[in-house]
Amino acid sequence: MAERIIELRDISKSYGHVYALGGVNLCVDRGEVVGLIGDNGAGKSTLIKILSGVVKPTSGEILVRGKPVTGWSAARSRDAGIETVFQDRALAVQQTIVRNIFMGRELTGFMGFLKVNKEIEEASRLMREIGFTSKVFTPHSIVGQLSGGERQGVAIARAIYKQAELIILDEPTTALSLTETAKVFHFVRQVRASGRSILFIGHNIHHVFDIADRFVVIDRGKVALTADRTEVKSAEELINFMEDVAHPGGLPGLHEADERAAR
Amino acid sequence: MSKTMEPDLQSPLSSEAARPEWKHPSDHWLRGFVIDNRAALGTLAVFIIMMGAFLIANPTVFTTWYLYRSVLTTLPVALFVVVPLVFVVTCGEIDLSFPATMGFASWVFALVVQAGYDPFLGIAAALATGTLLGFLVGSLVVYGGLSSLIATLGMNFLLRGLIQIINEGRSTALTGLSDSWAYTIFSSQVWGIPVQIFWALAFVVLSAMLYNRHRFGAQVRVVGDNPDSAQQMGIDVKRVRVKVFIFTGIGAAIAGTFSVMINFTWWPTAGDGYLLPVLASVFVGGTPTWGGIGTVVGGAIGAVTVSFIQTGVVAAGLSGFYVQFFNGLIIILSLLGHKWNQARYR
Repeated sequence: MAERIIELRDISKSYGHVYALGGVNLCVDRGEVVGLIGDNGAGKSTLIKILSGVVKPTSGEILVRGKPVTGWSAARSRDAGIETVFQDRALAVQQTIVRNIFMGRELTGFMGFLKVNKEIEEASRLMREIGFTSKVFTPHSIVGQLSGGERQGVAIARAIYKQAELIILDEPTTALSLTETAKVFHFVRQVRASGRSILFIGHNIHHVFDIADRFVVIDRGKVALTADRTEVKSAEELINFMEDVAHPGGLPGLHEADERAAR
Repeated sequence: MSKTMEPDLQSPLSSEAARPEWKHPSDHWLRGFVIDNRAALGTLAVFIIMMGAFLIANPTVFTTWYLYRSVLTTLPVALFVVVPLVFVVTCGEIDLSFPATMGFASWVFALVVQAGYDPFLGIAAALATGTLLGFLVGSLVVYGGLSSLIATLGMNFLLRGLIQIINEGRSTALTGLSDSWAYTIFSSQVWGIPVQIFWALAFVVLSAMLYNRHRFGAQVRVVGDNPDSAQQMGIDVKRVRVKVFIFTGIGAAIAGTFSVMINFTWWPTAGDGYLLPVLASVFVGGTPTWGGIGTVVGGAIGAVTVSFIQTGVVAAGLSGFYVQFFNGLIIILSLLGHKWNQARYR
């Protein structure tokens, strides 16, 4: 069995009397892509913040590689090899790809001067590793000239350079076109092939269905479903399941619409 | 594949990209050089055109060495502040307090020299003063969370006021300075060329390396570009911001000391006249106002351009009343040129 990178046991988070998460169990194994699906307000972002250590859970246990960790924090999260890639705010768009990958971790030699050639070499290696290569850009290209999917590639390459074992992709394909989404999927598959894990968060179920090995559906702060890829036949099945969870007994409005369409 | 996609696949662009010999434009060293330095090269072009116009207007004056020597004496003072300001503007800030820092640091220099100590000690004291003032101004802006535009303007008035209150307008003459070693090294002439310009050039080259090839420059650019991202990646954003103000303080201290050594006299107004020409030089040089990118070499060429406007307009036979008009014209034309030259990515 693959090594368990991280496991959340019975994690709760409340803001005053409001429960954002109420007893969530979640685990990610090495080399798997876990798709986390949930509607707005389901608790996805709270879960991300807990994983990246920005927010501390009210109760529950966090295990890194099978060992419980006390005093969970942003530093502990980084030590565990967890990197979050946010959709925006992540890159300095007027700088080159190299400068973004090595942001805050510049390769320096004599008196703090940059090892320019070594940085380019390393950046090219990282970009090759996730299949992020093209004839139209080089490590010297300005990030602002890249498309949305390619920018995600830069962010993923940077996370890998930071020795990430688990990369959390927060809505990486929202607002991207089909071709750009395909690029992001390509990077994700390459990352998985290299033995790293990905937590893929989105509310487009079709996107998550296409890429994930396992699905976790959360609803109103609780895990509503955990299913392997093999257990789910189609994205529609997931969508139906989520609709059932959200509106037990079905949406009257939707059925009326269906009947109208049938007529 | 749907039929509508097919024409797209056969477009000249994609077939060209598929050819194996296709190379990225920046792969060729000359194209790469031009693309990387287009702002500085644009500024150089403006300078050459301006000098060409001056040369045509008055060939005799513009071929005499005297004119250049006078510019080369005063230009270094400006260069020592223009270059650090490129860092400040790249970092997304502005520093308007450097004229007062120039005055303050050179005042300390004058005091030490007047007291009979070696000028080298005076230079060290001036540098320490500049560093301290830079740190104070930077801390006020960064840790006080103030707008750098207003806070540094306030500090400029405050420090200058302090100088005026204590000195009551009196200047300090440093007659013994011309016999000192420090003067020979920093302010004399070699082969008829003012030696300051060599120091200023060394400063520009070193700063350009710091900007382009050093961790400090890399972090300044990233902080100016996207502070949130820099913070997330573990860069101490506030520290980097304070550092650029310290750098300006040091530059202003050197500039102030050089200006005193040129004149053998310290005036309580020392540095005041540099505020607007220096700011203009930074932007004429091609550093945009929004932060993240900039050019040290461009800023230096901008300073040369601005220095020559004043000398050139008078030497070209126009009255001094034209100087401001031409200053403005060059600034506006440069800005238009740079706007066309560089895109702002978001």
